[in-house]
Amino acid sequence: MSDWLEPFRHDFMLRALYGCAIIGFLNGFLGAFIVLRRLALMADALSHSLLPGLAVGVLLFGIAPMGLFVGALAAALFVTVGSQIISRNSRIKEDTSLGILYTVAFSIGVILLNKVPSPISLHHYLFGNILGLSNDDLWMNYGIALFVIPTVAALQRPLLLCLFDPTVAKSQGVRVAGLNYLLMGMLVLTMISTLQAVGVVLALGLLIAPAATVYLLSDSVNKMFWVGGVLGALGSCLGLLISYWFDLESGPCIVLFLGSLFLLAYLFGPRYGILSKFLRRRHFHDESLERWAPVGLAKLAEPPVEEPRVEETSKQLPETPPKLEMPRVDQLLAEPTADPTSELIPETRSGLVPLDVSSQPESLSSTEFAPEDPSPTDSKSKPAT
Amino acid sequence: MTGHHRLEVSDLTVSYNRVPALHHIEFATSCGQCVGLMGPNGAGKTTLLKTLAGLLTPETGSIFFHGRKVSRANTDFAYLPQRENVDWDFPLTVRGLVEMGRYLRVGWARRFRKSDDEAVQSAIDQMRLGDLEKRQISALSGGQQQRAFLARSLAQEAHVFLLDEPFTGLDEPAREGLSNTLRELAATGKLIIASHHDLGTAEALFSEVLFLNGELIASGSTGVAFTKENIDRTYGTLAFSGKKSA
Repeated sequence: MSDWLEPFRHDFMLRALYGCAIIGFLNGFLGAFIVLRRLALMADALSHSLLPGLAVGVLLFGIAPMGLFVGALAAALFVTVGSQIISRNSRIKEDTSLGILYTVAFSIGVILLNKVPSPISLHHYLFGNILGLSNDDLWMNYGIALFVIPTVAALQRPLLLCLFDPTVAKSQGVRVAGLNYLLMGMLVLTMISTLQAVGVVLALGLLIAPAATVYLLSDSVNKMFWVGGVLGALGSCLGLLISYWFDLESGPCIVLFLGSLFLLAYLFGPRYGILSKFLRRRHFHDESLERWAPVGLAKLAEPPVEEPRVEETSKQLPETPPKLEMPRVDQLLAEPTADPTSELIPETRSGLVPLDVSSQPESLSSTEFAPEDPSPTDSKSKPAT
Repeated sequence: MTGHHRLEVSDLTVSYNRVPALHHIEFATSCGQCVGLMGPNGAGKTTLLKTLAGLLTPETGSIFFHGRKVSRANTDFAYLPQRENVDWDFPLTVRGLVEMGRYLRVGWARRFRKSDDEAVQSAIDQMRLGDLEKRQISALSGGQQQRAFLARSLAQEAHVFLLDEPFTGLDEPAREGLSNTLRELAATGKLIIASHHDLGTAEALFSEVLFLNGELIASGSTGVAFTKENIDRTYGTLAFSGKKSA
């Protein structure tokens, strides 16, 4: 048992656990906004595009929180505003322009961080290094959480209106654009704190997995924010402990654990889980069978209903239909007394044209009934010119 | 109609990026009416509704309601979006939706008072949603969803209900039910303005009609304005030109 408690005896692990709790809560809390506004791609782009900004920040200011924030914010603005400019001025849609810009920014970041002398390795930027959390980092995370959480909580009602329907929110006097910018700013702040836990590549998982899990379990936006936050904090701490116990990489372990919770909710969620949906369908099917099967069986047992209308009409019809006697074409042609004004034989400008009976089937097969892919040897199937 | 608030629109022109969608619209109506906005696609029905709701700023003209100029969003007007524009999977119950109608009156941070809770409850009861108030909004039928949005507007204590194609996608009984509900609301002194595209049902649904095709073709009580000539002029001409469409 003492082995399980070992992580709690190390200072670096306790710092990492505090950090995980704050970063996890912050991400789980803000994740509701991303999930409900369907901004997952935007958030992924933001997290990846932070990299060149961080590289420039490190180059100019060293590992200083303010320098990192300014660099990250500039890079995020470059990518988000740039993608909007491209999509507005060309036929390229915003998701495509965003995809191009953020991967380009990410590539620049990787190249720069390999060249810039930095105490932090590229691997830690990409996948996080929560175990290397210093006291200063911890204070920075506390600061970000203290700004983001109360601000979002105070803006709960306009945010709810805005998330549900921006048009109606605007009609009720909400400054939708301003609110979006504020939330984007807070998202960048959260991303910066997230880098240390899971890195830029896995940041999106930590951000949206807790909120998406609660989305499958609840019909309350409030719960998505607050329970999402608690789930993010607990999930991150447990993920970190698992990584310690089983000697695994911490960042991926945290995201894997949160992803597993999502999978459980997806499978076993009482209302929106796959299993409960299947059982409900079965239940409905059984109920439906129970109710309607006796009715159907009773109907089958009844003698067939006589339909007098059908009988009456059949009585009116003669036993055998009268044989229609139509003159044959060759008979008509053989008769010299055929009336030239008869509709059966068309008249042309050059007078009556004798109908070539023998050529009729050929001409029909060569035009109207020609096969789609005529054989090249069949000269008759050539289209008329 | 004495004593009823009047809505007066004069010389209203609305543009998108300087391209006009509505030209010099003039009409007047009053609370207690159920007005149908008729016109072909692109006639400017939604634009007019959004302008009345304060979502779009007109280039020229003015809107007066109850003698006061309407210039931006306010509690007198409630806009109900088209059903297809609503995220029905949003984690929101019927009661939560109706409570949204009080936000503008209560403020962004203040707690709900007793009067607010009563207004919400009364709106839910009036729209016969008492049994459904804890349901998530996607678990309602089409007609119930429309009633839930109407309840939100009632909780807002709006006078003018602006509905964008409310009958689209509803089956016959649901359409009949919603039509009765709108008539009931009009009878209680609300002004209902709804865009509608089905000429076959318009006469039965609305007490007044407003024919629109980029500009105002005709408006007035259904008995007077709903004529073949006005319908032909609305649906048979190109917007603004007066020429027959192909």
